[in-house]
Amino acid sequence: MVDDKDKNKNVDANQEEDSGRRKFLKNAGVFTGGVVGAGFLGGVIGHNWWDDSDSATETKTSPDFSEARIFFNRREDFNVLSWATERIFPEDDNGPGAILLGVPYFIDKQLAGSWGKNADDYMLGPFKDGEQTQGFQSPLNRGEIFIQGIREINKVSNKKFKASFPELEEDQQNEVLMMFENGEVDLKNVSSTRFFGLLRQATLEGAYADPLYGGNRNMDGWRMKEFPGAQSAYINEIEEEEFIKMDPISLSDYNK
Amino acid sequence: MAKKLDKVEVVTVGVGWTGGIIAAELAKAGYQVLGLERGKETSLDDYNQIKDELKYNPRNEMMNDLSDATLTFRNNFDTEALPIRDNGNLRIGKDTGGGGSHWAAQYHRYFPYDYEIYSKTVERYGKDKIPEGMTIQDWGITYDEIEPYYDKFEKMAGISGEEDPFGPQRSNPYPTPPMKDVPITKMFKKAAKNLGYHPLTLASATLSESYENPDGQRINACQYCAFCYSHGCQFGAKSDPIITVIPTAQETNNFELRTNANVTRILYEDGKAKGVLYTDTRTGEEFEQPADVVVMTSYTFNNVRLLLLSEIGTPYNPKTGEGVIGKNFCDHHVADGASNAVGFFNEKKFNLYMGAGGLGAIFYDLAADNFDHSDVDFIHGGVARITQGGSGAISHNPVPKGTPTWGREFKEKSLFYANRMLNVNFMFAVMPYRDNYLDLDPNYTDRSGDPLIRVTFDFKDQEHNLLKYGRDVCADVMKEMGADIIEPSEDVDHISGSFIFQHSSGGAIMGSSPETSAVNNYSQMWDVDNLFVVGASAFPHFSSANPTGTVGAMAYRAAEGIEEFLKNGGGQLVEAKDAKANT
Repeated sequence: MVDDKDKNKNVDANQEEDSGRRKFLKNAGVFTGGVVGAGFLGGVIGHNWWDDSDSATETKTSPDFSEARIFFNRREDFNVLSWATERIFPEDDNGPGAILLGVPYFIDKQLAGSWGKNADDYMLGPFKDGEQTQGFQSPLNRGEIFIQGIREINKVSNKKFKASFPELEEDQQNEVLMMFENGEVDLKNVSSTRFFGLLRQATLEGAYADPLYGGNRNMDGWRMKEFPGAQSAYINEIEEEEFIKMDPISLSDYNK
Repeated sequence: MAKKLDKVEVVTVGVGWTGGIIAAELAKAGYQVLGLERGKETSLDDYNQIKDELKYNPRNEMMNDLSDATLTFRNNFDTEALPIRDNGNLRIGKDTGGGGSHWAAQYHRYFPYDYEIYSKTVERYGKDKIPEGMTIQDWGITYDEIEPYYDKFEKMAGISGEEDPFGPQRSNPYPTPPMKDVPITKMFKKAAKNLGYHPLTLASATLSESYENPDGQRINACQYCAFCYSHGCQFGAKSDPIITVIPTAQETNNFELRTNANVTRILYEDGKAKGVLYTDTRTGEEFEQPADVVVMTSYTFNNVRLLLLSEIGTPYNPKTGEGVIGKNFCDHHVADGASNAVGFFNEKKFNLYMGAGGLGAIFYDLAADNFDHSDVDFIHGGVARITQGGSGAISHNPVPKGTPTWGREFKEKSLFYANRMLNVNFMFAVMPYRDNYLDLDPNYTDRSGDPLIRVTFDFKDQEHNLLKYGRDVCADVMKEMGADIIEPSEDVDHISGSFIFQHSSGGAIMGSSPETSAVNNYSQMWDVDNLFVVGASAFPHFSSANPTGTVGAMAYRAAEGIEEFLKNGGGQLVEAKDAKANT
């Protein structure tokens, strides 16, 4: 028996299967594999996934100026990335998937920064293939690995299914990604398994990092996980036997 | 040409726990101490945006930047060592405070058995119990001799804990009471008791209550906020050099902290250390810093690398077993090679997002020589424990085996089990072997062309046997705790070069003879009287639990030795013994 004690009342917002918001997105083709422009992906975002009001779906009160691409110059690359992250962390009854969480923008920002450039990693040569236990030895930085991997996803899609990755059905998209995961695709100077591992890692980071990085939009990643974010302290709750649900707070709460 | 600076009495290379302790003790005694720190100066103010998992965990904000130097790794002689490139696989504290700032703050003493492991093993089981190639040796100091220094460290750090029936004798109780009992520690203790073990609350340096240490430094009460391991403590409630020994040293006005100073050589002439050579990491300028006493207080790898680069001591030769610098490298590998059992609970949820690095329960029944090893295929043992460190949303995505690692099923199950998965872990001792060692890499260098340190390391039968033994114990405990799905860890063929817990030891080991060890029991080099090498680099083997308590105790003893050395005007503090006596 699970005993959920609601500490904050506003957590259990509407979680019904077909909220107005989801209907809107479905009609717009976001979840059926239609061709979607990056402008659209940016434009649908901005409200609580569980907010069922019309205003949530059709109007956008304050634009989010941070939702533009830094790293991915080519729109098509960004669309492929977006759908790959959505397959890794799909929208479902629990809540939003990677696209609605802003994960593609999160990854774009991460790749544009020190992580994408491997600034803190040892990148001096010579580069040699080693044993499994010796770790990754690629001369490519993460940004280069992503660009190569993302474009190869599209190539494989076109070859196998005669359509670009964003146009494929969900099962087909999964099939393509599985080929990368299993190391069945040849990439230059890096294995497709390593690329997929990075993609998976970055997707989960984007779903669950503090929203200050551009993902985990509205803290909805945390809400799904019942993770309350950057709470100050738990000294008054740590001994509780029952599970405690709290409305999350983010680091922005410490900067007001 | 390096610019020559004015001489100081004592210089420390690194300002974490060991450098901070040496600095505090000697500065209090009136000596002029200079602390050279490669990183930057940090204070509690640096921790006010600490509740950021991405920055501090996967992005390793408090860990070394590897872009200049890393280590190279291989499992055995027959393989070419390659560099560990990803800074997520070599996590070593980088600024003032070092590993003492980002640690989980779980606290242990090592056992009397550890200090006399060779003698005691032979005495109880005979020489045949020690397998061919295992190079265990006595530490050149007994537990009773080092006990007062554990006591000193615990009082400085305010350690919270309770008496352990299996623990070594203590001269004083812990300075503060144990941390809180929480649902999962209660479950663990009950289950362990039912199985005949003697569980207790894990001792910790996340403090149960506010505490003022003998130096007048305040450590606050832990708030169980969960942003602890890999993070600094925003509340000043985790013992950390930056709120204890470093300010203690600074308050004397006898201590200077010089940051962005990367030491590249120990200057060595006619059997004496003359000082150190360092580079300002911002400008590239080189400085020569003369000193009466040089104290290596960096991490294991860097302590040993600087000895080798400076050509001090005899490098260890794994083929002949001769030489000492680089010998007996051990890593307490708890990433892959873990011995544990996870349990999934379908009907129960836990508040796993709360916690503290030091919050947990443990039993020592199976550690050291606390039970008869006549019928098991290993020596020493491990500690079984459960901890509640606070599960981060990014890093914690538990799913039962067989679940895909991405996609619909993964998302569904990882959300469902996020607060329903517990882990009982068996941290086991790692023994030294003739062919596990450190030396300089022949191929890879840092940017200035100095060779990287090369690690040759793998588990042997002893470790594989202990891993399997431990995970079965963990699975029994997990079963008793009532988990619905129990998954004991799998053994690995070879250990990877992933050094993520800063539990590496050896390479400049402590002992009673210069033939078999690098330093005496004051951490003073046998070959160089005014050079002290302090830290886990001095451990001849890695005991079952976390190293900081023992590192701290050794640092306090070294500080006492350095003071005596300075008072006496030099000389060896310990008389060497015959090498054959205890190895």
